[in-house]
Amino acid sequence: MSELTGKGAGELAALMASGEASAAQVAQAHLDRIAAVDGEVGAFLHVDPETVLAQARAIDERRAAGEELGPLAGVPIAHKDVFTTTDMPTTAGSKILEGWRPPYDATVTARLRAAGLVILGKTNMDEFAMGSSTENSAYRTTRNPWDLSRIPGGSSGGSSAAVAAFEAPLATGTDTGGSIRQPAAVTGIVGMKPTYGGSSRYGLIAFASSLDTPGPFARNVLDAALLQEAFSGHDPMDSTSVDQPVPAVVEAARRADVAGMTVGVVKEFSGDGYQPGVAARFAETVALLESLGAKVVEVSCPNFTYALPAYYLIAPSECSSNLARFDAMRFGLRVGDDGARSAEEVMALTRAEGFGPEVKRRIMLGTYALSSGYYDAYYGKAQQVRTLITRDFDAAFEQVDVLISPTTPTTAFPIGERADDPMAMYLADLCTIPSNLAGNAAISVPCGLSDDGLPVGLQIMAPALADDRVYRAAAAVEGALEDRWGGPLLAQAPDLAGGAK
Amino acid sequence: MSAITRAEVAHLARLSRLALRDDELDHLAAQLDQIISAVARVQEVAAEDIPPTSHALPLTNVYRADEVRPSLAPEQALAGAPAAEEQRFRVPRILDEEA
Amino acid sequence: MSVVTPMKYDEALAKYEPVLGIETHIELGTASKMFCGCATGFGAEPNTQVCPVCLGLPGALPVTNHAAIDGIIKIGLALNCRIVEWCRFARKNYFYPDMPKNFQISQYDEPLCVDGFLEVEVDGETYRVEIERVHMEEDTGKSLHVGGATGRIHGAVHSLVDYNRAGIPLVEIVTKPITATGEKAPLVARAYATELRELVRSLGVSDVRMEQGSMRCDVNVSLMPRGAAAWGTRTETKNVNSLRSVERSVRSEIERQAGVLSAGGTITQETRHFHEDTGTTTSGRSKEEAQDYRYFPEPDLVPMAPSREWVEELRATLPELPAARRRRVQAEWDLTDAELRDVVNAGALDCIEATIAAGADAGSARKWWLNELSRRATEQGVELADLPITPEQVARVQAMVVAGELNDKLARQVFEGVLAGEGGPDDVVAARGLKVVSDDGALAAIIDQVIADNAPVADKVRAGKTAAAGALVGAVMKATRGQADAGRARDLILQKLTTP
Repeated sequence: MSELTGKGAGELAALMASGEASAAQVAQAHLDRIAAVDGEVGAFLHVDPETVLAQARAIDERRAAGEELGPLAGVPIAHKDVFTTTDMPTTAGSKILEGWRPPYDATVTARLRAAGLVILGKTNMDEFAMGSSTENSAYRTTRNPWDLSRIPGGSSGGSSAAVAAFEAPLATGTDTGGSIRQPAAVTGIVGMKPTYGGSSRYGLIAFASSLDTPGPFARNVLDAALLQEAFSGHDPMDSTSVDQPVPAVVEAARRADVAGMTVGVVKEFSGDGYQPGVAARFAETVALLESLGAKVVEVSCPNFTYALPAYYLIAPSECSSNLARFDAMRFGLRVGDDGARSAEEVMALTRAEGFGPEVKRRIMLGTYALSSGYYDAYYGKAQQVRTLITRDFDAAFEQVDVLISPTTPTTAFPIGERADDPMAMYLADLCTIPSNLAGNAAISVPCGLSDDGLPVGLQIMAPALADDRVYRAAAAVEGALEDRWGGPLLAQAPDLAGGAK
Repeated sequence: MSAITRAEVAHLARLSRLALRDDELDHLAAQLDQIISAVARVQEVAAEDIPPTSHALPLTNVYRADEVRPSLAPEQALAGAPAAEEQRFRVPRILDEEA
Repeated sequence: MSVVTPMKYDEALAKYEPVLGIETHIELGTASKMFCGCATGFGAEPNTQVCPVCLGLPGALPVTNHAAIDGIIKIGLALNCRIVEWCRFARKNYFYPDMPKNFQISQYDEPLCVDGFLEVEVDGETYRVEIERVHMEEDTGKSLHVGGATGRIHGAVHSLVDYNRAGIPLVEIVTKPITATGEKAPLVARAYATELRELVRSLGVSDVRMEQGSMRCDVNVSLMPRGAAAWGTRTETKNVNSLRSVERSVRSEIERQAGVLSAGGTITQETRHFHEDTGTTTSGRSKEEAQDYRYFPEPDLVPMAPSREWVEELRATLPELPAARRRRVQAEWDLTDAELRDVVNAGALDCIEATIAAGADAGSARKWWLNELSRRATEQGVELADLPITPEQVARVQAMVVAGELNDKLARQVFEGVLAGEGGPDDVVAARGLKVVSDDGALAAIIDQVIADNAPVADKVRAGKTAAAGALVGAVMKATRGQADAGRARDLILQKLTTP
């Protein structure tokens, strides 16, 4: 790892602005790092050095021409392969989209480009964002830089691993049930799920439309805020996009204090099933918040215990419909078209071959939950639970400014451990799902290492559109903990073969 | 008692346009049974007068003006097609008109 | 399956009472599609009006066209519906190659407009057709079937799909069961479709051209034995694409079902296809499994909550609706029911009204459009309104007739010239030299010659048989190639022969 790859996004932007480094140098340093370590980490599905350097040189030229550039101009970023990109293939981790070149850029992609970010490549993910380990990718295994035998979280595991392995200072992710926060937690980085509708879904290959939320990964809270600000905001191409100014997240991250804040500890997210080291780091963080001047109270959100079952009805139902378009007719894989088979047969053969087991499982589950005779008992009930969970949040936020919990009950589990045990896999998202169902803002920040030496994440949740509050608290926790650790948590990660940190 | 029969699973596979093999159907039947039993917990919630939530935020009335925007060039539209002919998407024979 | 002979229509109606239901799809004439900015023009080159949204590409999202919602609300209001205060789009899930997302964005249990009615008239009797719902959805693409006989789906080797039509806004209008129409059922069905087409056309929200598919009817028919309490099983005949076919398909389905029932058979609830050539319906492929559309609220679109102000604003823009307009013009133009029907059937209402507005009297305007111009439209196989002549031009011709500059015969020549592209009425008059000969001197000389040539007739007139003067007038007209003012010629002849 070079000096440049060790730096955060804000630092790199400052170096480039002052002329101490060029975007091309920064891009090259990250390409070198990717070449050195990605063989073992497996974060990327697609990297094209020529395209990367061309983007970087264009930024350098614009800067040289005296153009005023955005705060992240020239900073490299790893882009989750769920966002469409015209200059790179987009697969969503699925064989059914192998080699697909979209004819349009996602809004998030377009905004990254407009902000002058240099897209390094597309990152690995659980197929169609369904999973918590990135093991459901059709293409490759992504490994946790803290322990290469363990999962990097999911579904945005390629993005979390890339950032944690210093292959990129920033990455995009999407969070449907925890797919940003859980991978951030298990790789020791920052991951934020903005308010639903705060960032555009246009060009984000849908898993569950009413839950999917694009968000940032970074190695520190301020960088995450800078990235969120760069790609967020109203998009007329997304009907569910919020037509309001983006909360002042960067300012909040800079403010970084919890003095006078009331922090609620979610009572339901503790006890059996929580790894002792996770519970211990969480308890210490609670004490830390008090020492920083926050008032901490326990809050009960009784319906949160129904969030997981409700989620595993709503998300599969929506996905069963969203994924119907993968039918071998207009784009993507086509299997079995021998001139004799009907369109119907070719569709069924293609989908059977093109989708992996978890995707098929969820399509089947969703088809079941929506079918006549079962709708009221399953999908209908789950939507009522959704109302109850939102009400629990509303009641809680009348008493407290933010809610906190561990991000995930355990640290990174070994690759393969839960691969064919869906129910065990689903538990990884236990604490993150309620915020997706309610659409509010939530972040994961590192809060230490468990007894197994692996990172633990703290989840901070705030009401919808109060993203700034999340950043303010997260930056305060980060600052206090880094003071205690004498640097970022990632400094304690083992070296990768690619070289010294 | 199982929550879902193998016959139902086979029916779901047809509805979902998934040509699953018998062994896949067996495996899925067991897993779906387990998952459905677990998610059925939502039915424990007393939800008599609770309205359902379909959207995370309570937005309404989002419309666009009736303005024509550029379409894709036909080459772009067809670029990803598994097969194309006469500037159209070529698809295997269609069994019958639907709906 | 045994083939059952259809029952004769009168016999069928003596035994059974038909119950109808009509679902009509109307493509709105918005500039852009329902959920994206692609153009909607009919007949464009294949796949030139498509984008990621209407192709259903991964990641694309719909955004609702405001004008389409305005359009459906207008239709709902014109059909006397209640416009709901809150409703959602729903996804109707089924796989079909011409449907890009393999679900159709539609509305399920929350239609935008509910509980309306439309009154239609058949043979002087009014039938009130109750409207159950009017909802918004999107159209599908179009498939071309290759390798089968005459482009039919059966026997095709493969199909070619054009998605230009995919995503065009579609309004579906669903009636409640239409009962107690007896033997008039086919006519009521046709009258309903006709009246609905006129209504929607008057709103200006669709061109409602059945031959281009911008209006399509699905007709449900069931029979119950006379005196029975419960309705029979219904069939649904899809895509009936002309007003005449609506009538014929109902009649044919009544005859078919009566044949099946009286032979002791049962009616299968199924989709049927109507064939224009034979005037009969055939069964669609019966599904192995019942459809299960798995409707659920469309998560990519937010609910619609039309404010009462919005609805009232739209109500205020509604034009005079066809029924009210017909009542008005009947009174204003002093028409009998039969005359009104002729005007409506000829599609001449707009033309006549505009001609009157341009200064012509009602009788003359109606005469020109229904006789001379209708005849020419029929000859050319075009709609009356599509003839290359404007109501203002017709009014101008009539003004020249009133001024005595043209007679009816010359007027017809002027129409001929205008329709032939020779310019406006004044241009044609000038270029063809069409002018009534009203110079008494010139006329007198011709009259003298005519009297001399027709001495026996002239004598009759002299003897007091003034009616015989008509023959002399005719001869004068012939001699002037129609350019004489016939009235003036008659006056001059009588003057000459009867004045002592």
